[in-house]
Amino acid sequence: MMRYIFTILLSMFYSAIALAQEVEMADDLRRDGKIYIVVAVLLIIFAGIVFYLINIDKKVSKLEKEISNK
Amino acid sequence: MNLKKNWWKIIAVSLIIYTITAGFLGKVPRLPILHETIRNLYFHVTMWFGMMIILLISLVYSIKYLSSQKQEHDIIASEAANAGILLGCLGITTGMIWAKFTWGAYWVNDPKLNGAAVTLLIYFAYLILRGSIEEEQKRAKVSAVYNIFAYVLLLVFLMIWPRMNGVDSLHPGNGGNPAFSSYDLDKNMRWVFYPAIIGWTLIGVWMMTLKVRIRKIQQQLLNN
Repeated sequence: MMRYIFTILLSMFYSAIALAQEVEMADDLRRDGKIYIVVAVLLIIFAGIVFYLINIDKKVSKLEKEISNK
Repeated sequence: MNLKKNWWKIIAVSLIIYTITAGFLGKVPRLPILHETIRNLYFHVTMWFGMMIILLISLVYSIKYLSSQKQEHDIIASEAANAGILLGCLGITTGMIWAKFTWGAYWVNDPKLNGAAVTLLIYFAYLILRGSIEEEQKRAKVSAVYNIFAYVLLLVFLMIWPRMNGVDSLHPGNGGNPAFSSYDLDKNMRWVFYPAIIGWTLIGVWMMTLKVRIRKIQQQLLNN
């Protein structure tokens, strides 16, 4: 009886592991380091957007100064 | 740049840099159907959180306007609504892409999705209302009152209705479905998710303040 239960538990354990491994994730991509490229690209795009925002911010500050000096 | 005035912009940018980096490289739960798309939590879901916070700012300034009648408050309320609607539009389009690759369709007849669409339509109506009244004070007053209704409806359609008994929803966190926070590896995800909410919200607030300042300059030019 004990052996029976043990076998069932063991098979459940292994099927759980198998299920966990079946789920597709970008493991290889990460192992190859290629996901870092995507991160780099996104960071560059974000840097561009921030650069643009800062530019507008500065321009607005300048206009505010000009108008208050009038 | 004046550091005393702009420190929060630096925080916003750092938080988003962190979100992009940790969001892609961090550990996430391995779940069927979702796979790596679970990382959308840091980008799609945060758009909606940001929208709700910025629209709350809009609501606060609408109420402030009603008690103070200051034009400045009306400008902030309307520009906050603009920024919130932008985040909402981004939230709904990113949600559609996510739905296509997990549920199989861009749009499913789901209370959470329809509620989100109705909410956006309510806020589009706010913009139309503002555009259709010429007289400035009347426009400010009417749209401030409408804005209060709009936020209440937002809470109903986004938060209450999809969670009601008997309403079935596919969307996580609704209709008896677990939200992502209840998954095993939630601790790792929380460490990115909460900073992401703050970061995206602050970016939205930054864009909002830029437009507010431009509008104020315009006003001053008109008055001179």
